[in-house]
Amino acid sequence: MAFASKSPWVIHYDGSSCNGCDIEVLATLCPGFDGERFGVVNTGNPKHADIFLVTGSVNEQNIGVVREIYDQMVEPKVVVACGICACSGGIFHDCYNVIGGVDKAIPVDVYAPGCAVRPEALIDAIVKGVAVLDEKSKALKESKKRGE
Amino acid sequence: MGKATVIPFGPQHPVLPEPLHLDLVVEDEKVIEAIPQIGFVHRGLEKLVETRDYNQFIYVAERICGICAMGHSLGYAETVESLMGVEVPKRAQYLRVIWHELSRIHSHLLWLGLAADAFGFESMFMHCWRLRERVLDIFEKTTGGRVILSVVKVGGVVRDIDDAQMAEVIATLDGIVDDYTKIMNTLLTDASVKNRTVDVGYISHDEALALSMVGPFARASAVGYDVRSFGRGAYGDLSDFQPITDDGGDCFARVKVRCLEVLQSIEIVKELAAKIPVGDIEVAVKGAPAAGAQASNVLEQPRGECYYYARGNGTKNLERMRMRTPTSQNLAGMTKALAGCDLADVNMIILTIDPCISCTER
Repeated sequence: MAFASKSPWVIHYDGSSCNGCDIEVLATLCPGFDGERFGVVNTGNPKHADIFLVTGSVNEQNIGVVREIYDQMVEPKVVVACGICACSGGIFHDCYNVIGGVDKAIPVDVYAPGCAVRPEALIDAIVKGVAVLDEKSKALKESKKRGE
Repeated sequence: MGKATVIPFGPQHPVLPEPLHLDLVVEDEKVIEAIPQIGFVHRGLEKLVETRDYNQFIYVAERICGICAMGHSLGYAETVESLMGVEVPKRAQYLRVIWHELSRIHSHLLWLGLAADAFGFESMFMHCWRLRERVLDIFEKTTGGRVILSVVKVGGVVRDIDDAQMAEVIATLDGIVDDYTKIMNTLLTDASVKNRTVDVGYISHDEALALSMVGPFARASAVGYDVRSFGRGAYGDLSDFQPITDDGGDCFARVKVRCLEVLQSIEIVKELAAKIPVGDIEVAVKGAPAAGAQASNVLEQPRGECYYYARGNGTKNLERMRMRTPTSQNLAGMTKALAGCDLADVNMIILTIDPCISCTER
């Protein structure tokens, strides 16, 4: 991707992460890594968000919340699984209260591994997410043109 | 009086990166009652001791919480060591405390930032997190990790800090102090900060004792309880240690206590770095905990006293591992402080207990 065609707004939800990835998500947006120079803005409202950053795995209690936030987001939307727990369950994969990665609940577009995920990996994942967002928005426009 | 309404707070809420759900019963703008609901982060990791041996479990233990990761691995290692009667070399004890105090600095800076964000002081949030990055740089240089350090093992530590690196750590901390003092003075003297924190969420000394509050939350209500003052491990070699307390009992007192604790931790690191003895950093640990052997341990986490319990069964796996974390102690105090507050102050009060939900639910 040669340029970011959009300033992506992100929403963050902590599934059952240990906080390590959560604070790295926040650190990505703060001085030091400064995701805001790519126009990445954190929002608390799912309806304003383009990219959904999920940390941690899903369990019976939070799977509904993850789906609810995803459903409230407006198309086109991208999901980034941040950290190994969100990708596959990680070190907790065989805990009795862990269903697995976020992809058990909602479709995931970009996987950012790491324990905890490094801010560099997150920035990379968000930039990749913007490319996916572009494709999805293109597909959406074409299907509208066809009158679907 | 108006009609009672229930307003849900969380689990997804911009003020807190973690999922905590509260049902706030409000009448007009006053909160009558706050009913917490937890379970969003429960993984069931205590049961993993059955499938991981006591050396492997330390990596699970430090992932109880990513903010107090160092503290949990330290608390777990100390518990297993006392279960097996292992004496840790003095140098390893010093190194553990140095990393633990550094993680207290990073945790408090993180919290000060979030608290500033909660009352709308966004630039202060950024400044606190900018300073925090410099502490994380120390972690990265000395251990290789930013938040999960994986540096403690049963019987000692994995890495040493040599003299040149120690000098670098101290120089970095000295560099932080100036910037930090400016931030602290702003937080403690700025009128807009006081407007949002003074007399908000008041907890008296007696209430703090009755609700068994721990950590800076209790110390801000003049409860002088700090596990570090027991003088165990390297803490015993400190020339002077007094818990920082304040008798304000409100949100401002809690900000103040944590602000001063950062400076205290910097002093502790500097003193221990000057006194650190030469020697081994680990001892070999062989065998397994005896069947029926029990051990317990307390540790002062950034959020307060954390209690650990372990029981052996004669194999490499522990029979039972249990922690009681500071936030689960403090939740009662939080609901007490929330009752009767204004709806607009809810954010501030929830943040001033420095909740760590993933510690609480594990």
